[in-house]
Amino acid sequence: MAETIRSYGHPGITDPLSCERSGGGGPSATLSAVANQPALGLPTEFIDLARELTEAGVEEVLTELDDELIGLAPVKTRIREIAALLLVERVRRKLGLSSEPPTLHMSFTGNPGTGKTTVALRMADILHRLGFVRKGHLISVTRDDLVGQYIGHTAPKTKEILKRAMGGVLFIDEAYYLYRAENERDYGQEAIEILLQVMENQREDLVVILAGYAGPMEKFFRSNPGFRSRIAHHIDFPDYADGELLAIGELILAKQNYKLSDSGREALAHYITARKQQPHFSNARSIRNALDRARLRQANRIVRSAANLKITAKDLMTIDAPDLLASRVFGQDATANSPLSDETESTFD
Amino acid sequence: MRLTQGCFSFLPDLTDAQIRAQAQYCIDNGWAVNIEFTDDPHPRNTYWEMWGLPMFDIKDAAAVMMELAECRRAYGDRYIRLSGFDSSHGWESVKLSFLVNRPSEEPGFRLVRQEAEGRNVRYTTQAYVTDRPEGKRYG
Ligand SMILES: Nc1ncnc2c1ncn2[C@@H]1O[C@H](COP(=O)(O)OP(=O)(O)OP(=O)(O)O)[C@@H](O)[C@H]1O
Ligand SMILES: [Mg+2]
Repeated sequence: MAETIRSYGHPGITDPLSCERSGGGGPSATLSAVANQPALGLPTEFIDLARELTEAGVEEVLTELDDELIGLAPVKTRIREIAALLLVERVRRKLGLSSEPPTLHMSFTGNPGTGKTTVALRMADILHRLGFVRKGHLISVTRDDLVGQYIGHTAPKTKEILKRAMGGVLFIDEAYYLYRAENERDYGQEAIEILLQVMENQREDLVVILAGYAGPMEKFFRSNPGFRSRIAHHIDFPDYADGELLAIGELILAKQNYKLSDSGREALAHYITARKQQPHFSNARSIRNALDRARLRQANRIVRSAANLKITAKDLMTIDAPDLLASRVFGQDATANSPLSDETESTFD
Repeated sequence: MRLTQGCFSFLPDLTDAQIRAQAQYCIDNGWAVNIEFTDDPHPRNTYWEMWGLPMFDIKDAAAVMMELAECRRAYGDRYIRLSGFDSSHGWESVKLSFLVNRPSEEPGFRLVRQEAEGRNVRYTTQAYVTDRPEGKRYG
């Protein structure tokens, strides 16, 4: 076993193991006290956690997470904590200090468009880099993918999905739809039972992440205590502040090689304030949709003016105030019936 | 009589860890993994029953092992084999196939001699178990 242990002898780095074993009088005294602890024969060299972290490439993912996701401070903190836990767990595994695979199933709660799916994808990557899932892919499903239409349809459907997700992460969006309290013969129950069984017995084969809005999720867990007890990490995704939404908008545009003009930025800020008051607001996704429509209007504006003006690359990159202000969010004006005005948000999602 | 068929027939039966590694090899090569079972051990029997559908969109052998465990639960008294099918153009054929389960008792084959025209003798083998109807042959 000794060759699997990393010991670099850095004196400055604290070693969780040496603390654990520092008490007690000599090896024989400890031996009888904790007879079946396999670590006892191990050397007491220091373990370089920092190096473990770099080696796993997790720091990269975490930094990317910080850079590419605006806001979400509590979520990022939780993910760092989980990553730290997993890192320590990984080292403990190498030393033979833990035998049971840890429970890694999670639940992500938060309003629409708060980044749950995006974070789940990163989580799959982190779990893969740390060696807690073998492949690191993410299969995203909803009730319809798991639950069948008639007797005998559900179990094969659920198993098919589970098989595809093996070695990676199964992301169940709006998980509470699996359970329909009003109908006790609902086939969802069958899917739930299969899920629970695999979540318990095949913890090293896949990680399940349940996602949904906080309220219904809470109700779902209350009626399905089996799920709650199998989930190790509950992470809550807060709504974005106006400033964060603006920053997200700029980030989305930058990724597509667009940018906002100064007045465009102002218009987007106004749009955010106005949009938030209206129904079906879904945080970052609403911004993404608004910007998609703004690009459409921008293209149209440029094409129409092309006869009179010389177009530069800069023009093609710039989203200007009119592109956003034509939105129906700013009231039912003349533009409301034009094909480029906003429909209700949901038709664009 | 211990039946041998397919790849690795010269080896002792594969352990589950070895089966898993072979299944992962198939997946990594992009082959569809199939589980089949039968209670007719004759080497010329090509009509094995499929257990479920071919598994072509999986990433990890855990999925195969899950199905295999279920197949063994249902048909643990029969022969079960695992095969990897390469669907790529020009191949379209089974690339690897091996036994992953066998009945606890394997009575083997009888040799039948048939006197034919002239002084010819035709030889054929028959599995003792196929005297009994399908589904009632082992255990
Ligand atoms: N913090 C963020 N920074 C940058 N972009 C973000 C952020 N949060 C979300 N987005 C973007 O917003 C869009 C919606 O995010 P995502 O799909 O992750 O939300 P969700 O919480 O899964 O929503 P739903 O509950 O409706 O499924 C994505 O295109 C994503 O790139
Ligand atoms: Mg989502």
